[in-house]
Amino acid sequence: MQRSVTLSVNGAERSVRVEPRALLVHVLRDELNLTGTHIGCDTSQCGACTVLIDGRAVKSCTVLAVQAEGSPITTIEGMGRADALHPLQQSFWEKHGLQCGFCTPGMIMTAADLLQRNPDPSDDEIRHALEGNLCRCTGYVNIVAAIKDAAATVRAGRSAGAAA
Amino acid sequence: MPTIFGSAIKRREDPRLITGSATYTDDVKLPGMTYAAFLRSPYAHAKITRVDVSAARQAPGVIAVYTGNDVKDKAVPVPCAWNVPNCELKIPHHHLLACDTVRYAGDGVAMVVAETRAQARDAVDLIDVDYDPLPAEVDPEKAAQAGAPQFHADVPNNIAFKWVVAGGDAAGAFERAEVKVQLRIVQQRLLPTAMEPRAAVASYNGGSGQLTLWVTSQNPHIHRFLCSVMLKLPEHRIRVIAPEVGGGFGSKIPAYPDEAMVSLAAMDLGRPVKWTEDRSENYKVTIHGRDHIEHVEMCGTRDGRITGLRTRVYAGLGAYASTAAPGIPTILHGLVYSGAYTIPNIEGTVYGVYTSGAPVDAYRGAGRPEAAYLVERLVDTFARAAHLDPVDVRRKNFIPKDKFPYTVATGLIYDSGNYEAALDRALEKIDYKRFREEQQAGWKDGKYRGIGLVSYIEICGLGPSQVAGAVGFGGGLYDSAIVRVYPTGMVRVYIGASPHGQGEETTFAQIVAEEFGIPVETVEIVHGDTDNTPQGWGTYGSRSTAVCGSAVKVAAERVKEKAKKIAAHLLEANEADLEWKDGKFAVKGSPQSARAFGELALAANVGWNMPPGVEPGLEATAFFDPTNFVYPFGTHICLVEVDADTGKVDVQRYIAVDDCGPQINPMIVQGQIHGGVVQGLGEALQEIAIYDESGQLLTGTMMDYAVPKASQMPHIETDHTVTPSPVNPLGVKGCGEAGTIASAAAVVNAVVDALQPFGISHIDKPLTPARVWAAIQAAKASGAGNGKGAH
Ligand code: FES
Ligand code: FES
Repeated sequence: MQRSVTLSVNGAERSVRVEPRALLVHVLRDELNLTGTHIGCDTSQCGACTVLIDGRAVKSCTVLAVQAEGSPITTIEGMGRADALHPLQQSFWEKHGLQCGFCTPGMIMTAADLLQRNPDPSDDEIRHALEGNLCRCTGYVNIVAAIKDAAATVRAGRSAGAAA
Repeated sequence: MPTIFGSAIKRREDPRLITGSATYTDDVKLPGMTYAAFLRSPYAHAKITRVDVSAARQAPGVIAVYTGNDVKDKAVPVPCAWNVPNCELKIPHHHLLACDTVRYAGDGVAMVVAETRAQARDAVDLIDVDYDPLPAEVDPEKAAQAGAPQFHADVPNNIAFKWVVAGGDAAGAFERAEVKVQLRIVQQRLLPTAMEPRAAVASYNGGSGQLTLWVTSQNPHIHRFLCSVMLKLPEHRIRVIAPEVGGGFGSKIPAYPDEAMVSLAAMDLGRPVKWTEDRSENYKVTIHGRDHIEHVEMCGTRDGRITGLRTRVYAGLGAYASTAAPGIPTILHGLVYSGAYTIPNIEGTVYGVYTSGAPVDAYRGAGRPEAAYLVERLVDTFARAAHLDPVDVRRKNFIPKDKFPYTVATGLIYDSGNYEAALDRALEKIDYKRFREEQQAGWKDGKYRGIGLVSYIEICGLGPSQVAGAVGFGGGLYDSAIVRVYPTGMVRVYIGASPHGQGEETTFAQIVAEEFGIPVETVEIVHGDTDNTPQGWGTYGSRSTAVCGSAVKVAAERVKEKAKKIAAHLLEANEADLEWKDGKFAVKGSPQSARAFGELALAANVGWNMPPGVEPGLEATAFFDPTNFVYPFGTHICLVEVDADTGKVDVQRYIAVDDCGPQINPMIVQGQIHGGVVQGLGEALQEIAIYDESGQLLTGTMMDYAVPKASQMPHIETDHTVTPSPVNPLGVKGCGEAGTIASAAAVVNAVVDALQPFGISHIDKPLTPARVWAAIQAAKASGAGNGKGAH
């Protein structure tokens, strides 16, 4: 039994036929070929599947695709391209915030949510915001550094924008 | 041009990873693809009396169902590839799917292939199996005793091997010693937990007889070799591709039945087959790490000279011998019992024991963390028994820096070292004397602070192939590179190693760019595909940079030699009169007569005007086989405070000083240390894989297995010393495992140090609050210490 859903992903409307039990993460990966969103667990612990729904970080393995209908979804592919990186992508690159890269899209989406709520987080606040995102490679030190760096870039951009 | 070798340039691999455009194995999608799912045994040990797949075969979307008996004759059992000699190693058959007996909870019983992932899963639930449960045993020491359940007909007492290492006269040393200490240490089972679970996609072209296998692998050439054995398929008909790989930590070295089953199905059905494990499946069946029970002793003189070390180790292998398993608790463990010290008398006995747990194999550090841990725990215990400072005892017993190469009692020859320099550098970061004073004062007020030191060495950069052969490793340990220069001067380098997060696309490009005096952006490193890379042995054992990086360097030098010949010809000069300067070959004394690397690349590739007898083209291949292993070292310091009321351990500072020789990219080295340290901190503080007595994995999901989170881990301070290795042209040593090798012992040493007033001599990791609290309560009850430090 399949039904049609229309999802708004990275600014484009996409209609697909899915089983009602299909998880958003599977639909993103298998139907929409947005494979930047990863699956690292089956108990909603790892955060590799994190996307933004209505601007908030959500684990896409805990949402049915049909539930996400009508809400704007942003995946890592919608953050920035190699020639026009989002400040978080740039900072993860600059600060060596990734090694194997598997956790990275989820980390970046969670960090994006954090910076919207808290533009100047402390190390501690960053570490707590990453409660639901696991990384096995980096020991988190450079992820924290990257998010701090991106926060500074975003703040500088905002104040430059305000001054202009 | 600034020096490229040694600079912290950004990684070349990152743009695809941070934009979501990288391709991991589960991202591979092929036309007509089908999906596989496994039925796995719910019992740790049982006879299979009946398997009924008829309902599953009828289920929607199902294309095929395979049982153990269906595939038994089509495939060779999963090979174990490390036949350690002189230990009567017994390797029982490990069939792709269990035929009549299951030996751990997770053992494969059947595989379903269906049109969709969900249909395959649904059909697995329809398979009906009758089991006759048999007794299980997951404790390696108990499994080796008479009367324990027998897991393999041809392995009495489940003892896979008894391996002995001996040098000097340990028995005599212990007899004569003034100070003796002993510990019983449990090195708990760990779950490697690469964030990307394992996956495989197989595609077979019946017309050409070619199998292509995308697989989460740290060593695609080894996977090709072992798949060729398992599938009885000629090796040249198999192409193995390790695309982007999301971490491995050893768990993606072995050959597993799963990728062989997926390949068999693809060959049988003529359609591509994909399988991706979920995390629960990963925790059940992907290899585990450690699992030692160790009885260890150290002895020495009252003034702190260590004279002997003795061990008896029960190393759990799990249900079957995984690819490298026998070598891990032996060659990579017992041979490094001397640590950083001149211990003249060593004797170790290691029993490899089959149990009812998942197979145990290489997990980050693989045997060396277990060795460093027992040695460094013993050094601290010995220092305390001798009433000496642990720093002084380490200093007194270090192999002196002018004694390298140094042969330790176990027979290894350490290539280089300056252990005291690393210790000094680490101690500079803290005020040791003051810490000790404050510690003593704190004890009086119930404030339990401790310091843990570890001065580790490791054997890595695996290694000379001749030695690999001599110790029964079923392959070589050289590595390889092809450096290919295009007409426009752009360079591609094809390597035998297979990085999966270590950043070698960047560091190896730095090696080449430095050699040719060209921008690093003009060098591309290609890896992971057996169809275009030369035979190599993969990325593990902190070997890629020391071994494969050296192959890259040698191949680049060969290219440069040829370029020099061409330059001499074009400049009508003698080769001897040319010098390499600023990226050009120039005639000495007349710098205007010069040819840049790019010009020579074009001249060689068009071949219009070659020197007599020189072939056109500009590329070279190198197979680099080192003359010895490399032995990185360092000192790590951990400062903790323990809350004696709750048992909670607070890591207040963590300092890592490591020496891996010259660093090609310090940013990447630092990242490796960070990650390694945190894996060791997880091991020390919270990670443990627990089976119940019937062999059920109780920590089977990420809810129960405590992978470190950002909020649980401290900041890590890093620094380094530089002692080049003489065994490779770069002078480099490995750094991937160093952090893990050092950090678990540093934490436990610190906690035991903090709890001195209670007279606690050891607590087994992981030091969860419950365990620390229980140790304090037990110590109080036994009256070992009053908690005030005046014992
Ligand atoms: S896959 Fe969603 S939290 Fe792990
Ligand atoms: S970079 Fe590998 S898991 Fe985070």
